Amino acid sequence: MVERSPYLTLLSHLIMVLGVLIVGFPLYLAFVASTHTAQDIVQVPMPLLPGSNFWQTYHDTLFGGGTGPGSSAPVARMMWVSLVTALVITFGKIAISLLSAFAIVYFRFPFKGICFWLIFITLMLPVEVRIGPTYQVVSDLGMLNTYAGLTIPLIASATATFLFRQFFLTVPDELVEAARVDGAGPMRFFKDILVPLSRTSIAALFVIQFIYGWNQYLWPLLVTTSEEMYPVVIGIKRMIAGGDAGNEWNIVMATALLAMLPPALVVIFMQRWFVKGLVDTEK
Amino acid sequence: MASLSLRNIVKRYGIGPKANQVIHGVNAEIQDGEFVVIVGPSGCGKSTLLRMVAGLEEISGGELRIGDRVVNNLEPAQRDIAMVFQNYALYPHMTNFDNMAYGLKIAKVPKEEIRARVDKAAKILELGHLLERKPRELSGGQRQRVAMGRAIVRQPKVFLFDEPLSNLDAKLRAQTRLEIQKLHRELGITSLFVTHDQVEAMTLAERMIVMNAGNMEQFGTPEEVYSRPATTFVASFIGSPPMNLLKNAPGGRPGSILGIRPEHLDVRDSGWALQVETVELLGAERLVHARLGDEMLIIRTHEDQGAPAIGSTIHAQPREDRLHWFNAETGQRQ
Repeated sequence: MVERSPYLTLLSHLIMVLGVLIVGFPLYLAFVASTHTAQDIVQVPMPLLPGSNFWQTYHDTLFGGGTGPGSSAPVARMMWVSLVTALVITFGKIAISLLSAFAIVYFRFPFKGICFWLIFITLMLPVEVRIGPTYQVVSDLGMLNTYAGLTIPLIASATATFLFRQFFLTVPDELVEAARVDGAGPMRFFKDILVPLSRTSIAALFVIQFIYGWNQYLWPLLVTTSEEMYPVVIGIKRMIAGGDAGNEWNIVMATALLAMLPPALVVIFMQRWFVKGLVDTEK
Repeated sequence: MASLSLRNIVKRYGIGPKANQVIHGVNAEIQDGEFVVIVGPSGCGKSTLLRMVAGLEEISGGELRIGDRVVNNLEPAQRDIAMVFQNYALYPHMTNFDNMAYGLKIAKVPKEEIRARVDKAAKILELGHLLERKPRELSGGQRQRVAMGRAIVRQPKVFLFDEPLSNLDAKLRAQTRLEIQKLHRELGITSLFVTHDQVEAMTLAERMIVMNAGNMEQFGTPEEVYSRPATTFVASFIGSPPMNLLKNAPGGRPGSILGIRPEHLDVRDSGWALQVETVELLGAERLVHARLGDEMLIIRTHEDQGAPAIGSTIHAQPREDRLHWFNAETGQRQ
C-alpha cells in the first residue's frame, strides 16, 4: 500500500527535483559556457549565469569562425553530414530488415534456417570485432570520406531483422490467407498489410536507430579524414586539441549542445509512437 | 454461380511411404446454389477439405471442379471463391469499407463500381453507418458481417465458411445463423460451410457431409442423416443425446448393432427391463439414463410423465419402425 501523506509527497518530489538537478546541471553549465567568450570561461570561479556572447559563439560555431588550436570547421556542415548519415542509416536499416524478416517468415527457401541463424549470430558480435576487415573493404572500394562509407557498413542490422521477425510471427495466418483469397501477391501483401501493421514497430526503430546513427563515433573516426565529412560527434573531438592548448570551450560547448538537439527532438516528437511500438499489440 | 464437384479428393502431408494421409478420397457433387455443411468432430479433416477447395492447401490427389473448370492448381484468387474465416481475418489497419473493397481494388475494378458494390453489400448486411470505422471499433457480430460483406462484394461462384459462428455468443450465433440463411436465399450462391456444431449443421444445411477421421461418412439432407444414419459414427455424432447403440439388445441379431434414438423408446408396463441410474430434467423433457444388462442407454421422456425413482426397474418399448441395424464390425448400416 502506498500511503498518501503530504510529507511523503513532499519527500518524493524533493528526490525527483534533486534528480532533475543532477541531470540538468551539466547541461546548464554547458549552456552557460556557450554564452561567454573563451577567456571568461577559464576564469576562476567560472561564471554560473549566462553571459552576453550567445550570438557571437553560435555564429562562430555554426559557420566556422573559431580561432582555437583544434579544428574550427563549420558545425552547420557537420550537422548536415550527421543528419544525412543518421537518416540514411535509419531508413536503410528499416527497409533492409523489413524485407529480410519478410523473406524469413513468409517464404520457404533452401537453407532458410541457416540464413536466419547466421543473421542471429551476428547479433552476438559487437561492431568493434569486425571493424578491421570492414575498414579494409571500405577503403579498397574507395569509400573513405563519402556518405556511402559512413552509412553502408552500418546498415545491416540483426537486431531490427529479429524484431520484425518476431512481430511478423504474431500476425495471424488467417490474415495472410485472406489476402491470398483477395488476390494480393506477396509484395502487395507486404506493402498493403504487413508494413502498415508494423508502423508502430517502425516508429520505435526509427527513434532507436536515428540516435544510434547520430551518435556513431568509432566508425566515422576511422573513415573520415576530411573536415568536409566530419559528423558532428567527431567534430567535437577534433575541436579539442590535446595537451594544455587553450581550447575555445565556449564553441566546444555550443557544438555539444547543438549535437544533442536533433536526437532530443526526435525523442520528444516520436515519444508517443515509440512507447506504443514497444508496448502496443494492436492487431 | 456454379456447381462444385469433388472427385476422390485426397490430402497427404509428406511424400513417399512415410506420408501422412489425412483425407481419404472424398466424393461429392454439389449442385449450383446449394448450401452444403461439412460437419465432424475436431481433427476430422473438415477444415482441411474446405481449405483445399479454397486453394489454401494443395490438393494431393483427385480432381476439384468449380463449374466446368478444374481448379486444382489455381491460386485462391483465380478460383472465383470467397471465404469467411473463423476469426474474421479483417485487416485491422483498414476501414471496413477498405476491407470490403480490397479484393476488388486488386482486381482493378473501377472505383465507382467498387463503391456501388460495397454500398449494396453494406445495405444487405445493415452495415451502412459503420463503413468508415475500423474493425476494432466493432462488436464481434458486426465484424462477422463485415467479413461476410467482403465475401459478397466479390460476387464469387462459391462461398466458403470456416466455422464463422464459433466466436460469437450463443444468442448472436442463433441470430447470425438466420441471417446467413436469409442471405443464401437472396443471393443463391453455392455455399460450403464448415462447423463442428451439429445444431448449426442441421439448421443451415440443405445437404450435409458428415466427416470422421478423414473419411466422408455420409452425404445427405439433414432428414436423411438423422433418420437413416449411414454408419454408427453418424448415428452417435448427430442428435443430442446421441442414438443408443446396443450390442446385446433383446431380440438382437448376432454380429449386428441395434440403434435406437432416445425419443423412440416409450416407457410402458412391459418391454425391456431397465435399471434406472440417473435422471436429468432439461425443462420440457427428461432424460433417463438406465442400464440394460451391461449396457447403458438413454430414454427421452416428456416432463409430465414423472420421474422414475433412481434404482427402480422400469420397462421400455422400442418403436419397431424406428430401429436401425448396423454391422458390428464395419459400423455400416445394414
